[in-house]
Amino acid sequence: MLEIKNLHARIADEGTEIIRGLNLTVKAGEVAAIMGPNGSGKSTLSYILAGREDYEVTEGEILFNGESILEMDPAERAASGIFLAFQYPMEIPGVATMEFLKVAMNAQRKARGEEPLKIPELLKRVKEASGALNIDMAMLKRPLNVGFSGGEKKRAEILQMQLLEPKLCVLDETDSGLDIDALKIVSDGVNALRSPDRAVVVITHYQRLLEHIVPDSVHVLYKGRIIKSGDKSLAMNLEENGYAGIIGEAA
Amino acid sequence: MPAVQETIDQVRLIDVDQYKYGFETSIEMDKAPKGLNEDIIRFISAKKDEPQWMLDWRLDAFERWKTQEEPDWARVDYPKIDFQDIYYYAAPKSTPGPTSLAEVDPELLRTYEKLGIPLREQEILAGVKKPGHEESEDGVLADSESQSANGGRRVAVDAVFDSVSVVTTFKKELAKAGVIFCSISEAIREYPDLVKKYLGSVVPQSDNYYATLNSAVFTDGSFVFVPKGVRCPMELSTYFRINEKNTGQFERTLIIAEEGAYVSYLEGCTAPQRDENQLHAAVVELVALDDAEIKYSTVQNWYPGDSQGKGGIYNFVTKRGDCRGDRSKISWTQVETGSAITWKYPSCILRGDDSRGEFYSIAVSNGYQQIDSGTKMLHLGKNTSSRIISKGIAAGFSQNTYRGQVSAHRKATNARNFTQCDSLLIGDQCGAHTVPYIEAKNATTQFEHEATTSKISDDQKFYVMQRGIPEEEAIALIVNGFVKDVIQELPMEFAVEAQKLIGISLEGSVG
Repeated sequence: MLEIKNLHARIADEGTEIIRGLNLTVKAGEVAAIMGPNGSGKSTLSYILAGREDYEVTEGEILFNGESILEMDPAERAASGIFLAFQYPMEIPGVATMEFLKVAMNAQRKARGEEPLKIPELLKRVKEASGALNIDMAMLKRPLNVGFSGGEKKRAEILQMQLLEPKLCVLDETDSGLDIDALKIVSDGVNALRSPDRAVVVITHYQRLLEHIVPDSVHVLYKGRIIKSGDKSLAMNLEENGYAGIIGEAA
Repeated sequence: MPAVQETIDQVRLIDVDQYKYGFETSIEMDKAPKGLNEDIIRFISAKKDEPQWMLDWRLDAFERWKTQEEPDWARVDYPKIDFQDIYYYAAPKSTPGPTSLAEVDPELLRTYEKLGIPLREQEILAGVKKPGHEESEDGVLADSESQSANGGRRVAVDAVFDSVSVVTTFKKELAKAGVIFCSISEAIREYPDLVKKYLGSVVPQSDNYYATLNSAVFTDGSFVFVPKGVRCPMELSTYFRINEKNTGQFERTLIIAEEGAYVSYLEGCTAPQRDENQLHAAVVELVALDDAEIKYSTVQNWYPGDSQGKGGIYNFVTKRGDCRGDRSKISWTQVETGSAITWKYPSCILRGDDSRGEFYSIAVSNGYQQIDSGTKMLHLGKNTSSRIISKGIAAGFSQNTYRGQVSAHRKATNARNFTQCDSLLIGDQCGAHTVPYIEAKNATTQFEHEATTSKISDDQKFYVMQRGIPEEEAIALIVNGFVKDVIQELPMEFAVEAQKLIGISLEGSVG
């Protein structure tokens, strides 16, 4: 589903290279975890997948379902089925969460040539998804992310992900700032989305999240490249021994 | 949010330079010669069949105007206006006061139809329902849907074409309630005592350069009188249209709400697209007696000039409300998207004890537009309160200034004001400025002022687009969120119109 080949990317303004020859393949149905120390390029990778303009791809290719996405803008990538759950979701003052969900869902439907959702159908879907995530109607009336607690923001991200039904979910440090109960709710939300035709990329520092969202593959990102791949035991190994050993091995 | 969606669709349909209301109506006009002198004023007065006292008042104003100088303190820059190169009177021929829609030139009606103004009483009376409305069970999504559901609500309209009022609807029904709603020309003839009593009582004859000019040459406008204890049974509304070339529009509006009365009034404006600049210098006076309330809303969409800054309306307007009675309330709501130059400060004189003034404003500037707008809240009575919410949005090469004055007189004990001025910048070639003057002459006054300036951040835009919302639509969504506090203050049917207008005004600002 996702193929990243020899990807090189730099910060557009000043030219610092962050991603240096990254290769990664994630198949449909797979949950891939990307781990790595601070500054290894994890968040940058998520931004580049979503099409943020601040980064410039200088070499290599990103294929999504066999087609290059490099020329697509963020909205087009989203409509094609790529979703990024942000580490720091942005506040959108004056725009009620419910309103935002409606605009986003209908924008994607329009891009796919479908009719906008009728209000009762929309409400039904939102209610169903919200219930499991412990999100009440009062929260949906509030402007998106404005004054939300850390946990509320992350739950709102997962709610959007569920409603937009993407093909590729990228979770950027979704566990940061969550207490154990919220982590459980969010993880259950992600697990509910696991399906044979959907891929999930989980970016995280810690093994903790991977106890709840059990990955099929684990990849260690360091200095802009994947230096080691393995199964979930790799994550446990990292938890016990830290990154130093693997980094030394790769060097 | 259908409003936003429609905005985007509409934006796509038109190019940068295509102002939607830029068409010209070809209609035979009755015009006075160009230029300004006593004879022209006599001509206007005679055309309107005015009594001598009105003519004297005009001539007196003209004498004073000649001694005044054009103000230059506003942050706007434009070539000097040649006041002798303007037509001061232009009227559609064959309209010596039509008494019903049937007598109005069909070409005129078509113009208003194009503008989307509900002149046809029969349609309104039939309560034409808009299709496709769905009730939301939780009211969470109520915003735009329920607004369009009110499409069948009745609004009485006074339509002013260049210099004259061409038609006023629902007159009879309003008269039953005791409400007078007519053109100011008619009021001068029919209700001279009321006009004499109130005209110039809020904005004095020679208040400022443009107001004085208006006093001398005003051609038409609306007159509203709501007697004691009457709640006006429908929204009143005036649409101003400048059609003729080189013609100035000088309308004069006077609204009086007697003790305990209530009225909500809406003003809308458009003009054809022209290369030359056109002058609009209006005066609006509101008087609220004890316990009365006046709500005045404006959607101003005069032609703003093309993308190079050529053409457009010069809008120099004096609007002032007098909370003359105790516990009276005046509320100004404005959505300003048009005009090349805007110079406008709808104000409240809080004379009565416990009176309240409100000012809600959205000012959008794009291209080379220049806006210098704000309000004055003059606290004179005890326990008076005021609230100012101003949202400025600047894009393109425009300059957007909020200028406000809040003052409390020595006797205005316990005066309260809350001011919030937010500016939003789109792009890096535009400017937003806030110029507040605050003056308290007694120690019990409490004035609060908050101001913010922000830019639509790349982070915000990226986040919204990541959900599949295309760029223009993402900007419109963020901007509509920014102005939400003010949009809520508009009468329902105009809230949707205003949202669309804001989207259209910002078209081409992304890139």
